[in-house]
Amino acid sequence: MPKPFSLAGRSMISVLLLSVLTGCNMVVMSPSGDIAAQQRDLIVISTVLMLLIIVPVIFLTLFFAWRYRQSNTAAKYDPEWHHSTGLEVIIWSAPLAIIIALGAITWVSTHKLDPYRPLDRIDAARPVSEETKPITVEVVALDWKWLFFYPDYGIATVNEMAAPVDVPVNFKITASSVMNSFYVPALAGMIYAMPGMETKLHAVINKAGEYEGLSSNYSGDGFSHMRFKFHGVDQAGFDQWVAQVKQNGTILNRDAYLKLEKPSVREPVRYFASVEDGLYDAVLNMCVRSGQMCMSEMMHIDMMGGAGVESHENRAKLEHDNRHAGGVTETAAPGATFPETGNPARSEEPAAGVKEEPQTPQPMNHDIHKTN
Amino acid sequence: MFGDTSLTQFIFGRLTWEAIPYHEPILVVTFAVVAVVGLAILALITKYKLWGYLWHEWFTSVDHKKIGIMYIILAIIMLLRGFADALMMRLQQAIAFNGSEGYLNPHHYDQIFTAHGVIMIFFVAMPFVTGFMNYVVPLQIGARDVSFPFLNNFSFWMTVGGAVIIMMSLFVGEFARTGWLAYPPLSGADYSPGVGVDYYIWGLQVAGVGTTLSGINLIATIVKMRAPGMTFMKMPVFTWTSLCTNILIVATFPILTATLALLSLDRYVGMNFFTNDLGGNPMMYINLIWIWGHPEVYILILPAFGIFSEVVATFCGKRLFGYTSMVYATCVIMILSYIVWLHHFFTMGSGASVNAFFGITTMIISIPTGAKMFNWLFTMYRGRIRYELPMLWTIGFMVTFVIGGMTGVMLAIPPADFVLHNSLFLIAHFHNVIIGGVLFGLMAGLVYWWPKAFGYKLDPFWGKMSFWFWQIGFFFAFMPLYVLGLMGVTRRVSQFEDPSLQTWFIIAAFGAVLIAIGIASFIMQLIVSFLRREELRETSGDAWDGRTLEWSTSSPPPDYNFAFTPIVHDHDGWYDMKNRGYERPLEGFKPIHMPKNTGTGIILAGISVVLAFALIWYIWWLAAVSFIALLTVAIGHTFNYQRDFFIPAETVAATEDARSKLLAERT
Repeated sequence: MPKPFSLAGRSMISVLLLSVLTGCNMVVMSPSGDIAAQQRDLIVISTVLMLLIIVPVIFLTLFFAWRYRQSNTAAKYDPEWHHSTGLEVIIWSAPLAIIIALGAITWVSTHKLDPYRPLDRIDAARPVSEETKPITVEVVALDWKWLFFYPDYGIATVNEMAAPVDVPVNFKITASSVMNSFYVPALAGMIYAMPGMETKLHAVINKAGEYEGLSSNYSGDGFSHMRFKFHGVDQAGFDQWVAQVKQNGTILNRDAYLKLEKPSVREPVRYFASVEDGLYDAVLNMCVRSGQMCMSEMMHIDMMGGAGVESHENRAKLEHDNRHAGGVTETAAPGATFPETGNPARSEEPAAGVKEEPQTPQPMNHDIHKTN
Repeated sequence: MFGDTSLTQFIFGRLTWEAIPYHEPILVVTFAVVAVVGLAILALITKYKLWGYLWHEWFTSVDHKKIGIMYIILAIIMLLRGFADALMMRLQQAIAFNGSEGYLNPHHYDQIFTAHGVIMIFFVAMPFVTGFMNYVVPLQIGARDVSFPFLNNFSFWMTVGGAVIIMMSLFVGEFARTGWLAYPPLSGADYSPGVGVDYYIWGLQVAGVGTTLSGINLIATIVKMRAPGMTFMKMPVFTWTSLCTNILIVATFPILTATLALLSLDRYVGMNFFTNDLGGNPMMYINLIWIWGHPEVYILILPAFGIFSEVVATFCGKRLFGYTSMVYATCVIMILSYIVWLHHFFTMGSGASVNAFFGITTMIISIPTGAKMFNWLFTMYRGRIRYELPMLWTIGFMVTFVIGGMTGVMLAIPPADFVLHNSLFLIAHFHNVIIGGVLFGLMAGLVYWWPKAFGYKLDPFWGKMSFWFWQIGFFFAFMPLYVLGLMGVTRRVSQFEDPSLQTWFIIAAFGAVLIAIGIASFIMQLIVSFLRREELRETSGDAWDGRTLEWSTSSPPPDYNFAFTPIVHDHDGWYDMKNRGYERPLEGFKPIHMPKNTGTGIILAGISVVLAFALIWYIWWLAAVSFIALLTVAIGHTFNYQRDFFIPAETVAATEDARSKLLAERT
């Protein structure tokens, strides 16, 4: 029969465990970014709260198991004892109390650490000030490598990214074909990268260093090697890195992108010194290939009341996943309206913001996609 | 191989010689072993002329007891396959370091983790649980069979059919390389054009028919066939948890069926429910599959909770503490399990309020679960605990499961989940609850009800070996995964770059070896017990001084279960009867109305397998033929009017007299 560990044995085991655990690099428990650090704190707090219940339960299980063993005739035996209102109240309300506490923590922290929420602090001591200028990184998960656009600098990289220390980074994340998940454990929690959708992540790295980044959602054959290095560097180092990309990089236009997005494994780091305008938005809207209709355009047509019988003409232009098969015409379909064809919208309402808004095609917000 | 390719294509669809993986040595060896063992078994059956016996007494049987046993045999066979997959993964992950590819390429490895998940959930845990519900529920409620005995046989064979389809993929073609839930767009026609996902779809669809029908059957049985006096609040706890589980099955399996049907439409006829193109929405699939998938884990754990409740009360020699709160806790878990599914994808960009809502509902489930834990605890309090094997598994469960519960609540906090989702921490968590909860429960149940089913107890030595190897092996295999998860290692990776991880994977592989010894000991336990069955014989019918009605009949029970339908006055009906000095009726037996065996179930399931095979390989003529055959046999069966018979009163009297003699010999 199981015997409870002796106290000395137990503390010895925990000391041993601790020394083993500190020996390995538990990046989730000792991250270098403020968001990941707050997420770590939650893990610790919730563990401690739950141990308030778990430890007594394990202890009582082993204690009762030992105390009420059949051979111990000294222990009280009461075969009919099966109800106690007081005990019932305790066994329902003790977990309830813990869950109320955890629930409150959950509600607050989920909102505070929402990846879509812009940062309001750089770390526990420093709030984000007016002067803080975040940098934007647009991330595309390709089969099976990562592409990073730096729209503020006009550069792009494959399988390597850098960010200045203590500067908030606004990630916009999408994918070209199947679902992946963007995860730099030292920086912040993961978020999915999904084709035709955009997710967001706001994070900041507080310590300089080289960190692991990876895809944490299985995406096919080359998934195991979908890793990249995330460099946290000081501002000077970052500028130097940008200069290096500009110096050594080639040009990323639509053709280069279409070659790049073909499935490949263990892709080496690549730099692009200049990026064709609107490429990220085209990737997001699945219309990089010439002759394809952007999803934002189709969504606009639909919003304006649809293209009627001519819709079927758009069909081939909206097929993105069979792109390896090829064979799409370049002429505009009769049903197409907005914005590339210049045809007027079919609805009475004019196509809102066709020319006024500089950002066309509109980057599709992930939330909008879901409500459709 | 044939000159006329279009004719070949018409006959064989996309099935060609290339589909046979003769170039994969691992598979060739596996096939050789399976073929040799299979042929040996077939030869033995033929030699001992057992075909007639198997066909008449087992395959066509509508007896819930035999069907229950067959379900469990299926589960044990599939456990060996699923565990072989687990060992292969552990070995691969332990050696694929420092640029080594390991011994499995991604193409093979990805099939293995998909198959492991699918097999363990659908073809081990599900049939195991269904087997117990089939065997035990009618006995616990004092019924002679389930409500729809033929349907029961049909359900079982459909489950077998699904298992056959999945196993076929090992040697003909390939299995899905998508993970066990086959998320699109990866599982769509554009990214998984081969037969793997089709094997997955049709395997689950065929088995799903069985699961859904068996759910309907057991609900009807529990609601309509309880013995007189057994009100709902006097039902044994295992029957209660079975009722809740089957309600969950009936409410959620149609969602799985519909979701997979939509995915098939995408794959087969070019529709766009879940594609990237033309307005398809892969996230819809992920919502739908988890609306089924989350209740599914409660479908598995609730019956295990029921088993623990029976075991604790029996071996503590004490009425279950807080029966009412146990029942309500079960029902609350059943209802809450429907409103937590989104916690499987907090990281897909839902808003903070949505995430927080689903996180909190998830945590709330831990309240009734905690209440159950305390109920078992206080059943032990002032009990007189006999450390038989079922009780050992139960204590092992109580200690192990709470750790899994704790990590589960951690994962329910969305910001914490952002760093733990898809990590090995998550893998450790769900194995912690499925092994520490479901599997330990099933093992407890198996040793507990074995004497009821076969009339002899299981050998305790090998049972204890099995328990300790499982228990210790579990900690070795999964505690390192918790650590690895906190080191930022995620799931489904087949090769690693960071050498500091290797030690942990080697420890985990060692744990898997311990579990393998645990499984081997379990098999030894079955063999040794069978050989020593005369020494372990148990003639009273009440092997453990039980409390519920199944212990009032002989072991194994007669075909008709109860010569007279028992009348229940209190819960723990048999305990109550014993206390009030119950005397077995010895005369006045009447003929007993029973259902007749039928081969239609196995025939229908066989045709379904052919239909599925034809659909997987695009052999359209065969699909059409088998579909028509399916309808013909099904309709033909409705004209079968010879569905029942009477066991003559003399036979009943003879059976009962034989039992009286046995009981008399005991004293």
